This record gives sequence, C-alpha cells and structure tokens, in this order.
Amino acid sequence: MATNKPDTPLLDQLEDGPWPSFVTGLKRLADDEGKSYAPIMKSLLGQLEHSYETRKGYWKGGTVGVRGYGAGVIPRFSEVGDKYKESKEFHTLRIMPPAGMHYDTDTLRKMCDIWEKYGSGLIAFHGQSGDIMFQGCDTDNVQPAFDELNEMGFDLGGAGAGVRTSMSCVGASRCEQSCYDEAKAMRMVINNMLDDMHRPSLPYKFKAKFSGCANDCVNASHRSDFAVLGTWADDIKVDQDKIKEKVAELGRKGFNDQVVNMCPTRALSLNDDDTLDIDNESCVKCMHCINVCTKALSPGDERGVTVLIGGKRTLKIGDLMGTVVVPFHKMEDEDDYEWLVELSENVLDFFAENALEHERTGEMIERIGLVNFLEGIGVDVDPNMVNHPRTSSYVRMDGWDEEVEKWNARKGAAAAE
Amino acid sequence: MSEAQEAPRMPDECGVPDPMSYMHPALKKNYGNWAWHDRPQVGVLHHVAKDGSEVWTIKAGTQRQMDVYTIRKLCDIADEMAGGHVRFTTRSNIEYMVESEAEVQPLIERLESEGFPVGGTGNSVSMISHTQGWLHCDIPGTDASGVVKSLMDELYTEFKQEEMPNRVKITTSCCQINCGGQGDIAINVQHTKPPVINHDLVANMCERPAVVARCPVAAIRPALVNGKPTLEVDEKKCVCCGACFPPCPPMQINDPVNSKIAIWVGGKHSSTRSKPSFHKLVAAGLPNNAPRWPEAADVVTRILKAYKEGGKPWERMNEWIERIGWPKFFEVTGLPFTKFHIEDWRGGRNALNASSHVHL
Repeated sequence: MATNKPDTPLLDQLEDGPWPSFVTGLKRLADDEGKSYAPIMKSLLGQLEHSYETRKGYWKGGTVGVRGYGAGVIPRFSEVGDKYKESKEFHTLRIMPPAGMHYDTDTLRKMCDIWEKYGSGLIAFHGQSGDIMFQGCDTDNVQPAFDELNEMGFDLGGAGAGVRTSMSCVGASRCEQSCYDEAKAMRMVINNMLDDMHRPSLPYKFKAKFSGCANDCVNASHRSDFAVLGTWADDIKVDQDKIKEKVAELGRKGFNDQVVNMCPTRALSLNDDDTLDIDNESCVKCMHCINVCTKALSPGDERGVTVLIGGKRTLKIGDLMGTVVVPFHKMEDEDDYEWLVELSENVLDFFAENALEHERTGEMIERIGLVNFLEGIGVDVDPNMVNHPRTSSYVRMDGWDEEVEKWNARKGAAAAE
Repeated sequence: MSEAQEAPRMPDECGVPDPMSYMHPALKKNYGNWAWHDRPQVGVLHHVAKDGSEVWTIKAGTQRQMDVYTIRKLCDIADEMAGGHVRFTTRSNIEYMVESEAEVQPLIERLESEGFPVGGTGNSVSMISHTQGWLHCDIPGTDASGVVKSLMDELYTEFKQEEMPNRVKITTSCCQINCGGQGDIAINVQHTKPPVINHDLVANMCERPAVVARCPVAAIRPALVNGKPTLEVDEKKCVCCGACFPPCPPMQINDPVNSKIAIWVGGKHSSTRSKPSFHKLVAAGLPNNAPRWPEAADVVTRILKAYKEGGKPWERMNEWIERIGWPKFFEVTGLPFTKFHIEDWRGGRNALNASSHVHL
C-alpha cells in the first residue's frame, strides 16, 4: 500500500514568506510519484511534523559505514520508525567537496542522479563540517551510493574521533587578498591525513581550516584545531592616486573615521596632500584598510601564513579561539608547502599521543600549557604567541639563563641569515 | 562454480578533489593573479585580474537543504547564463560567475524570478549558518532549517541591501555544543532543567565512565537504581548543558517546554580590526516556539535595528557595543540585564569591569 503524504499543518507554515523554503522541496520529493524517494520523503515529512508538534528530535546514531572505511557516514535510525517506516533508516553520507566548493553543473547533476537513485533526493550544500551532505538513505544503499560517488572522484569526509573534512576560502581563485594558495595547502595537508580521517582512532576530532587572510572567511580561528591564515611580512602595497580618489569619495572626515581611526594599531595617518602614511612596522595585517580601499591597498609581496592552534566550540570547557603557534612562515615554493604538511603531522601526532579521550587540541594545551605543546612539536617560543607576558610571579624560573641563551642563539642565527 | 568470486570494491582513497577540474575557466585562468575588486551593486562582486580580465559574481541565497529539483534548477540557470559553473560559500549562498557586465542583470532577474534572492554581499545580513536540527541530528533541542527559514523571511530585505554598519553573521545552534559557531548574533538552545534519566536503559546503552568524564562540572556519578547499574545527576551542580546526552541517550536533556532559546551577540571569527571575540549572552528564556519562533525573531530584529541605527560605518556588532557600552546596549534594545549575564565560568573574573570606566 502506498503511503499517503501526511498532513503537515506546522511545516506548511514554513512555505510562506520570501526566503526559499526547504519544506517546499521536501514536499516536491514526497509528491514525485513513481520515484523511489517519494515514499521515503512522505514518511520523513511525517516524522518532522511530529518533531514540530512535540518539540523533540527522534533520531539516534548507530554503526553504518562503507567497506574499507571506519567513518564518514552519519547513521540515523528513527526512534519512531514503527510509525514512519519508510524513513526509519535515514543515513547521511558526508562527501568532501572540491577545495573552495567549485562545481560544474555536470558534476552536480550526476550527484543528483545518484542521490535520486539510492537516497532521498535531499542534499545540503554544505554542512557546517564543510561536507556535501547526502541526507537520507537506508543501510543497504549506503555502499552503492558511495561507490558511484567515489567513481566520480569524490571521497568520504570525516566523522567521529578523527580528522574532519576541511574548508578553504575562495582564495586565489577569485580574491586579490589571498596570501597563499589555500586550496593547494588544504589538499596537501588533508590528503596527507586521510588514514586518520577514514580509519579514525584519535582522542577526539581534529579539524583544519584555511583562510587566505585575516578576514578568515572560513572561520578557521574559532572552528579548527589547525587554522592557517594568510598574511604578509613586508609593507602594504599602496596606490596613492587611488587613495586620493577614496579620500575624495568619502571626504577627509569620512576617510579618517572609516579608515585611519579604525586601524587597531594606530598605524595609519592621512597626509596633508591626501596620501596615506602607513607605519608598516606597527601594522598587524588585520585587513581593515585593505577591505575599505580595495583599489588602493593590497597585501604586500612577501606573503605567507600565520598558524593558530586550538580553536573549538563549547563542549566541554567552553569555546576557545586558536592561538598563535607560528607567527609567520613564507609560502613561496614547494618546500614551504611541505613545511606546512610536516607541521600539521607534528601537531596531529602530538595530539594523538598526548590528548585525553574526548579532549580537543585547545583543551589539551590549556591542560598541559603552551610551552609543553611547543616543545612537543619542536617550535620555539615567540612573543607573538601572547597578548602579554606572564603577570603572576608564582613560577619556578631557575632555568632562566639557559632560556636566555637559547633566545640569543636564535637571534644571532637570524641576524646571520 | 566459475572463477573466484569478484573481490568487493574497495574505496579509491582520493581525498579532497582538485578544484581546478570544476572551476569556472575565468577563475582558473587568473588563479592567484587578481588585482582588485569592487561591488557595483548589492549581490554583485566585480573582480579585476592583473591582466585586465574581469569577472562578475552574482550571489544568491538558497535553502541549503535542497531537493534535487532545486539543485537542477540552479544548474539550468548556470548552464543557460553562467557558463555551467557555480560555487557555494561557507554560508550556503550560491555564486555564479560571468565575464561580461551585460550578463549580470539578466542573471539577477532570472534568479529572483526563480525565487532565489540576490544579495548577501558587503554590509548586509547574510544567510544564517545552518545546523541540522530535527531533520537529521541525533541530539537537537530545536530545528535548524525552520529557525533559519523563519529568520531569513524576516531578514530578507536586509539580505538584499547593504545598509548595516558592517557585515552581520548570524548563527543558530540546536544544542549547547554550539555547532553554529560564533556569530554577531547567535540563536542557540539553552536547556534549563537537568536530564531526565531512564534508569532501565543506561547500563545497556551508555559507557558509564565516559559519560561521567564528559560532564564539565562533575555532577554525574554511578548509581544503582532498582538493582540496576545506572548514573545519577547531582541536580545542585548540574548546569543543564546536555553534554551527557550524546554519549548517553537515556539521559534526555531535551524538553518541549524547558529547552529554551537564548540569544548571544558580538561573536566574530575574523581578526579584522579587533581580535576574534566570543558572543555574549543577552537574552534567554525564549520559548522554542516552532514553527516560526516569533519571540526569538523579535529579539533578533530588535538588536539589528539598534545596531543599524547606532553603529558607525565598519563597526561589527561587538565593536559597536564596545564603544557604546553594555548599559546602553541593554537600554537601546530594551532587553533586561539579570544575574545570569554575569560570568562565573572558568576565567569569568576577566569578564568583570576592573576599572572606573563606567557608562553613565
């Protein structure tokens, strides 16, 4: 007997209004008689309406996967599956998109065809994880759906206590503010960790994200354990004629209010001839003036990255931002990208060996102290890692002279270069 | 029997795909060679490469949770009007690229006529970051798609214009893990009662030591109830965060009445101007009022109105509040300030005002 489409008076209210409605999409699938997904989506609509009525969720996890991998499928079994039978198994395949989320329509259409054949016809571009979320298929269809997606050149993403799917911003493909090749860095780092993504056995999840500048369009600072942000070491590039045009556009007061006075390190001042004076030594590469004056200002030529470690969300000690572990490393040639891969390996290895169960990198660093972490991954201390030096005297410092020698030796080596 | 049975297919562990095969040809050609950009109108970015070639990007909102018909419709538009390529942003907006200015307006009209709002650029309110909720999550206190849809209906005009002091990033989270991340405004579930425990199921479903370890305030301890090993919660210590629920589903934290909505403001991921900042609690106790969440929407629109009126150009939400001060924020939004706004979590003393700087 064919399932009837349930009455959904609550969900129906989400079809009103100007923003595109997901409910309309769900119903379109449910109404598509003859398609294998139509009964699934009728059933799914029933369960979702039930959630809206009772204000509770009814999915639980379980164990579902594909051959050869230990993660990447999000199993969902309904707790009310006896009532909503056709959607009682509604698993999600997390599939990693091309870096920067670029697509041609052939690829998207093929994905639709696969998900029409094996799944619910419902796909999210993209999940908060950065994955394409192929939502809703039963256990038997997980393997064939994955096989076809995999034949297209797409691979499962991460889930559970492993390396997670990554994200990189649009970056070099369409942004002049890009300070390194984000997609290349992302692919080199992540594709080197696939074993820890697909066969996870880490203490807890490990995320890496790649933004081309301090604007951090993929929210790397907060949302990843290993955040790579583009920056530069030389001077901001200035086209003073274009600055004058901007001053004319905004007026002097406007330019001072919107550009000069918003510089976080007071590194800007407007000259009497309406050109811009930049104190580049004080500049922290925050991007504000460049964002406002997109034609007149741009990042310098000596481009590279800052690496922050330890960002995470609330569970369990509260949200943490990543903190600086590498203030600057140039990203020019292949060796630099290899350096980044090696750094990521060192961080991941240290995390794997030293974190407690269900502890993220940020929590681990809070527990053991940044210095122990730095020693573990072989990185020297640097004043860029702190907002300010220690304020408490309660610390044992009898190794002071040796540490001073290390600092002096590093300074001497740097000066000799 | 014929030849040995065919070996099962093993995965091709191909990892993250190379975007070059999928990228719009103009982006590929100018990869790493862009010179500057501007925004000729809302929803449109105009990028110019060092060799002078130009690309216009048209950005439109989607519902993120898309049926294959919607995706195919977006593909049709790309095939007919944008060279067969698209990309998606972090916030589930779709972007179409064209190489001549003349193609911009027809594409905008087409997207709008098909129901996809063009906007989300510059100092607009962009699409709300979207979690899974009742549709697919195993621990949600609320729905995500419905909250996002309801809010974006309210904020539709702000998505299509750039009239905020700076960009506004709104997030939702269906539990206190905060999957939505930090937001200028965050709309998050806040539980107000300890978990209700089904003691018959705990021993079989939960790895009890792991659940005990998961609690951030050490409020969970092993217990025997009716002769069965289970867990109990010290309700005086419990902060109702729900961290025990994912590893132990019989510790039900979600409740149709007591799981409320809280609103937080001033979160910021970027290092632009100020350093990244966490969002701060401003309102709580709002009902989880599906399907439209009008009470949450009212607080959000009130905050946005105050920010829009009071913020100076380029001030993000947190920077605006830092300037005007929290007393003024609560005054202009009409929101009450309570004892619950005062931090007592670890490091909480850093949130107190250790100065004579007061806003009077």
